[in-house]
Amino acid sequence: MPTVKIKYDRDACQGHNRCYMLAPELFDTDDEGYAILLVEGDVPAELEEKARLAADNCPEFAIEIID
Amino acid sequence: MPDVPRPPVTDWATDFDHTHPDYAASAPEIWDELRETCPVAHTERFGGAWLPTRHEDVARIAKDTDNFSSQGIIVTDWRPDVPRPMGYAPPITSDPPFHAIARGLLLQFFSPKAIDGWEATARATCRELIAEIKASGTDLVDGAADYAQHIPVRVIADMLDLPREDGDKFRVFIHRIMEEPGQNQVLDYEDTLEAYLSRKIIERRENLGDDLISYLCNADVEGMALEDRHIFGTIALLIIAGIDTTWSGIGSSIWHLAQNPVDRKRWLTDPEVRPFALEEFLRFYAPVTMARLVAEDVEVGGCPMKEGDWTLLPFPSANRDPEAFDNADEFVIDRQRNRHTAFGLGIHRCVGSNLARMEMRVAIEEWMDAFPDFELADPESVTWSTGQVRGPRAMSIRITS
Repeated sequence: MPTVKIKYDRDACQGHNRCYMLAPELFDTDDEGYAILLVEGDVPAELEEKARLAADNCPEFAIEIID
Repeated sequence: MPDVPRPPVTDWATDFDHTHPDYAASAPEIWDELRETCPVAHTERFGGAWLPTRHEDVARIAKDTDNFSSQGIIVTDWRPDVPRPMGYAPPITSDPPFHAIARGLLLQFFSPKAIDGWEATARATCRELIAEIKASGTDLVDGAADYAQHIPVRVIADMLDLPREDGDKFRVFIHRIMEEPGQNQVLDYEDTLEAYLSRKIIERRENLGDDLISYLCNADVEGMALEDRHIFGTIALLIIAGIDTTWSGIGSSIWHLAQNPVDRKRWLTDPEVRPFALEEFLRFYAPVTMARLVAEDVEVGGCPMKEGDWTLLPFPSANRDPEAFDNADEFVIDRQRNRHTAFGLGIHRCVGSNLARMEMRVAIEEWMDAFPDFELADPESVTWSTGQVRGPRAMSIRITS
């Protein structure tokens, strides 16, 4: 079964926190409110939709889904 | 209201005036028309200013801190005299590299987890206001003046440990700065925000607490205490930027729900739609238009911007750009792809965005639980603010259930 990975660009992140609100299983936030990517490597299949949601709602285009 | 009426606008592409009542009445239609016909509008008013309307141009300017300075963020007839890079209200008026220092002092107070701690305060405030509305014994309520405007005032007053009774003073200060910029009223110094906050800072230094003002009084940057003008500017910013804006966001959401029974029903019956609905309120009714001063001559969308010109950053117009959003001119309560720019883009992303979002969510939840059915009592009588913050200021609502 094909899996996806998440590419998160910390330099582009401005702390909008949209990913953390939509996909807390995949993103946490640090003390200043910037995102922390919680998964390394393949995204569990059941979270793939949430990963895409996080990417599609980032105002800064800081999250990319690699198919 | 202005002492001298603004001259009428005959052509929004070449003579726009965002402080004119016609703009308040129909800004979304003006943005849509300009985006099609003249995406970067200009005016000779305010000493020369630009109005880009496309998402692409707004984003480009917001992220270009070399050619565009935040030294001025509210368009006025004059240019700000407080020098770069701090500006008069750090960090919003600051440019790099100082900006990161001023912003870094605040971020920990406004992270999502820090803001969770203020939700109970916001909810209690909403419930008190609703109890007052219910106790008034009438089915008519002003959703802007009797409800929306009080919520952010009380929360920020608690964060700063200032008396809630001072909320009325805050609103007067804000109105002068945000909605009547450049109208040189003669003010008694004692009646200004500067005098008010200067007194509070002196008091707080003598008696430090665990509030945000005390923190700033006690903070240091590389071993140096903050300058007084820095502390004053930051606190003034938190009061000014935190109140008018969120009040507008709550009011616009209620205005929308009053006219859309299908969306009211969806909100009440489908809790999973609420996070998406909230972001759609923020996209469709984004309250805030920022501004920049052109720091170096630059071309945007084929238009030659000259050093010293203003440029507005109408995030609400970017949010309605069909190049950036599917069905951009429709309110879609369960919109799944929504990279809205209500809180800005780039390094100046609204530092209070998590607070604003929490206050809006709680305010709508509590209102909808208390008043599941309601309508505009007189749609024609609703008034919208002028200037760079857009939201209903008088909005008579009839409660129907």
